[in-house]
Amino acid sequence: MNRSIPVNVVLALLPVGIALGAVAFDEPFFVTLATRMAILALAATGLNLALGLGGLVSFGHAAFFGIGGYAAGILATHALYMQPILTWPVEIGGTDSMPAIWLVAVVVAGLVALGTGAISLRTSGVYFIMITLAFAQMIYYFAISWPAYGGEDGLSVPTRAVFPGVNTATPMGFFAVCYGALLVGVTIFAILRASRFGAALQAARQNETRLAAVGIAPFRIKLVAFVLSAMLTAVAGALFADLNRFASPSMMSWQMSGELIVLIILGGTGRLFGPVAGAVLFVLIEHLLGGATERWQLFLGLILLGVVLFARGGMVGLLAGKPRHG
Amino acid sequence: MADPILAIRNLNKSFGALKATDDVSLDLRHGEIHALIGPNGAGKTTLIHQISGSLKPDAGRIEFMGADVTGLSLSQRARSGLGRSFQISSLALEFSALRNVMLAVQSYQGSSFRFFKPVMRDASLIDPAMAVLERVGIADRAHVAASELSHGERRKLEIAIALAMKSRAFLFDEPMAGMGPEGSKQLTTFLDELRGEAPILLVEHDMDAVFALADRISVLVYGRVIASGTVDEIRSDPEVRRAYLGEHAE
Repeated sequence: MNRSIPVNVVLALLPVGIALGAVAFDEPFFVTLATRMAILALAATGLNLALGLGGLVSFGHAAFFGIGGYAAGILATHALYMQPILTWPVEIGGTDSMPAIWLVAVVVAGLVALGTGAISLRTSGVYFIMITLAFAQMIYYFAISWPAYGGEDGLSVPTRAVFPGVNTATPMGFFAVCYGALLVGVTIFAILRASRFGAALQAARQNETRLAAVGIAPFRIKLVAFVLSAMLTAVAGALFADLNRFASPSMMSWQMSGELIVLIILGGTGRLFGPVAGAVLFVLIEHLLGGATERWQLFLGLILLGVVLFARGGMVGLLAGKPRHG
Repeated sequence: MADPILAIRNLNKSFGALKATDDVSLDLRHGEIHALIGPNGAGKTTLIHQISGSLKPDAGRIEFMGADVTGLSLSQRARSGLGRSFQISSLALEFSALRNVMLAVQSYQGSSFRFFKPVMRDASLIDPAMAVLERVGIADRAHVAASELSHGERRKLEIAIALAMKSRAFLFDEPMAGMGPEGSKQLTTFLDELRGEAPILLVEHDMDAVFALADRISVLVYGRVIASGTVDEIRSDPEVRRAYLGEHAE
């Protein structure tokens, strides 16, 4: 009756299958692709919290993705050259420990989201989309005009950060960390969605007046969702910089924000494994069609058009049917 | 006589040159149904919006349970015990009837910033919500999405939500609209009993229901209260008959 469980299991195992298959067939590049899928899926899972559950179409989540990336890059650089980031009032050094980097990424992205969200969420609809875009562009231009950390050239990450107990220098070790982070992210999404907070957030998307009329102020619910959403996406950004050994300003560009939205729409808006489905499909299209033609994005556009016109629930909707709400 | 639970004093609201609410003062007393009637466009819904907090009045004052609530938002007033239903059903359409009511129970219980426990395994939300659905007679439709409920069922769901909030006063905006004679009769009986729990400010076009239920009636025309009194007083008021009632008064 409920097909969403088997579909979710298959989607959850898909990146692992691709990574293991790559090892079996001695195609190490596919491990990198599977890692890329896991990271983009995590970033989109973060956005899915705001967009899918709360209906907040943030066109600026690349900013949080980039903040995560720069957190990884800046901390790792300082750790390598043993330069403190701050000498006063307390000395703070760099670090190449992933948990520490993620903590910094989450805190910074959360604070930025709190500030920008508190302003953006006073608007809705197209204005919300535009104001989130504007904030992200401000952060993007700030990054490219900051010569200390690479400016327009971006910031190379000299060594991949380490995770306790895992050799992140090997492709499979790093994939395991990214995939583990994705599973934690998806679990957080599932728990939040099922909770009282999640109920209020989904009601805010469906009918804000109704939520207020039962006595729950929509603004605070949406703001907390926006902050949590930014935090998850920032962790993905830190991993993305570690994957590429490079924190690029393009991580913060509006194209990146758009890509995250595209992933969600392809996979299934608001669905637990929608971002995973979207990321797998997106990376495969990018790799397979991108190898054949430079104009692969034309085909991505056609696929997106097909999904929007004929399969509004995305891939998960197509495979598992409509979502159920108790 | 005890102080009214809801007191509206000299409320004014204009949209451009249109005076939608013109110096309106009204009381809602404990245990009563106060009906607000008037022709279409008289400003009844605009008035309800201002009382519930979704519209800000230009001038005037609204007191609820002895406190000035004029500056409070819709959600703050709802939490302080002012429950409303909407003229056009306003529900979370993807959610089941049960989940719509559970949202109200959740709000009544306190914080919505609880992030861990799944609501669908939370008997402290489900049981009171089911009880309320039972009361309004749609418990068998609890798991049906609000979007798939019939018009009449949605009207009942709106009332169920207001009940689940344990409101201290109800603002019902045309709850009978489109219900059909049988549904209207049921709802009339239901509201009749409800007034003992909390008083009701009732906007309604169904005059049979109004005359059967109301302890007092106020008549709104062009944003102004032209008459206010008991059912008999209103029925015999010549100005009301001319402005609105016509054949209903016989």
